[in-house]
Amino acid sequence: MVSGLINANPVVYEKKERRQRPASIPDADEYSAEAIDQLEVFDHVRDIKDPEHPYSLEELKVISEDAIEVDDRRSYVSCFRVTFTPTVEHCSMATVIGLCLRVKLMRSLPSRYKVDIRVAPGTHATEAAVNKQLNDKERIAAALENPNLVDMVDECLAPSYA
Amino acid sequence: MDFDDEGSNFELKEIQTLSGHTDRVWSLAWNPATGTDDAQPVIASCSGDKTVRIWERSALTRSWDCKAVLEETHTRTVRSCTWSPSGKLLATASFDATTAIWENVGGDFQCVSTLEGHENEVKSVSWNASESLLATCSRDKTVWIWEVMPGNEFECASVLQGHTQDVKMIKWHPTMDILFSCSYDNTIKVWAEDDTGDWHCIQTIVSGHSSTVWAISFNAGGDKMVTCSDDLTLKVWEADIEGMRSGNNQVLWKHLSTLSGYHDRTIFSVHWSREGIIASGAADDAIRFFVESKDSVVDGPSYRLLLKKEKAHDMDVNVVQWSPGENRVMASASDDGTIKIWELATSSN
Repeated sequence: MVSGLINANPVVYEKKERRQRPASIPDADEYSAEAIDQLEVFDHVRDIKDPEHPYSLEELKVISEDAIEVDDRRSYVSCFRVTFTPTVEHCSMATVIGLCLRVKLMRSLPSRYKVDIRVAPGTHATEAAVNKQLNDKERIAAALENPNLVDMVDECLAPSYA
Repeated sequence: MDFDDEGSNFELKEIQTLSGHTDRVWSLAWNPATGTDDAQPVIASCSGDKTVRIWERSALTRSWDCKAVLEETHTRTVRSCTWSPSGKLLATASFDATTAIWENVGGDFQCVSTLEGHENEVKSVSWNASESLLATCSRDKTVWIWEVMPGNEFECASVLQGHTQDVKMIKWHPTMDILFSCSYDNTIKVWAEDDTGDWHCIQTIVSGHSSTVWAISFNAGGDKMVTCSDDLTLKVWEADIEGMRSGNNQVLWKHLSTLSGYHDRTIFSVHWSREGIIASGAADDAIRFFVESKDSVVDGPSYRLLLKKEKAHDMDVNVVQWSPGENRVMASASDDGTIKIWELATSSN
């Protein structure tokens, strides 16, 4: 029986040991001067479940702490760039994974943070097209009004809220 | 208007913040028939909360209040809204694939018509100068032209294909029945009617922007237009207006100037004021103003930054629109759910 999955046999990696962090206040002040760093952003996304496999994005090495960059060139606007690596080059789940990352960070980070999401260069056949879609907020907004897509995303995000 | 002589100190004063929408505000439009001695200024705004709000400034208090919330019509985000040139009708474009037409009936806004046809999200709607035509565009890659018939009836006159991706905005030329569209396919298209009444694309500007073109705005004279893009630039284009007026459909728009290096995040909106000030709203929460620079020598006019207002909003600025009535008054709206009214003033030293 041929599997319908894009990548039936993903490589599963060990999860990175989690460093202890000081207890964080759940409703952090929007305008708190305390900056959010890469590790905190990574903590929000590492446990997101891959759309096709019962493993997290961290375990599949789709996302890693190093792939999150802070862009602090501008004092008045805080940006993160999140780069993810699909497990296979022709992964049609790439846009879903990107959407999951976007939604989780939208719900988790204060609204003043800008997030750019892209696939790791050279890891996807239609890299430019995927990146363009993931960074067009009007397209993202319209996609998130599709209940089926939202259900899929919520299912992937469920393990990451623990 | 020569901005170089006015003293180089401009500031953008915040007049008021209008709150009420419960989701991001995508767009707004000043009612063109208001803002005079007789009629207080009115603004329509539309939001991800699926509603349209009508705001009016009180003659007595000079303060803006929300006069109406147009709800329970659109079933998804309302992406864009625009008043007819007479100010009597309001058209609203929605992700629910419809365009609604509203009329103010004794203070009450009623939906008098619903335009269906697009296959998915409608992104923008525009009336022509004589109010005889309405245009809409959508993620379905098409541009529709509707004829305005008596009794608030609308008939589809043409379905224009040509864009290869999501069409973000359409705008009629301020005086002529020539339609402009810009798209996720990075191009700008110009559409006109031929002698047999068929609409077709008379120009595609393909080597201009290198990413999604989000908006188009014309100068007062209608001989120049400015476009803004995800490629972080504003581009100014010009055409031979006399040639266009004499009905020559072969007149082409040519690139005049590119404003680059001023924006580092997507520019969602651009609007050219009657006086010649170009305002831009971008994804870095800032509003910028540009004017023609007198210092340019060689290849024609260039533009310079007049003022940058950082943190104009707490989140992305989705739209900037100059008031049609008062001088140097502008409104902006943002992902932060608010609308702000501003005055561009010269600060005295």
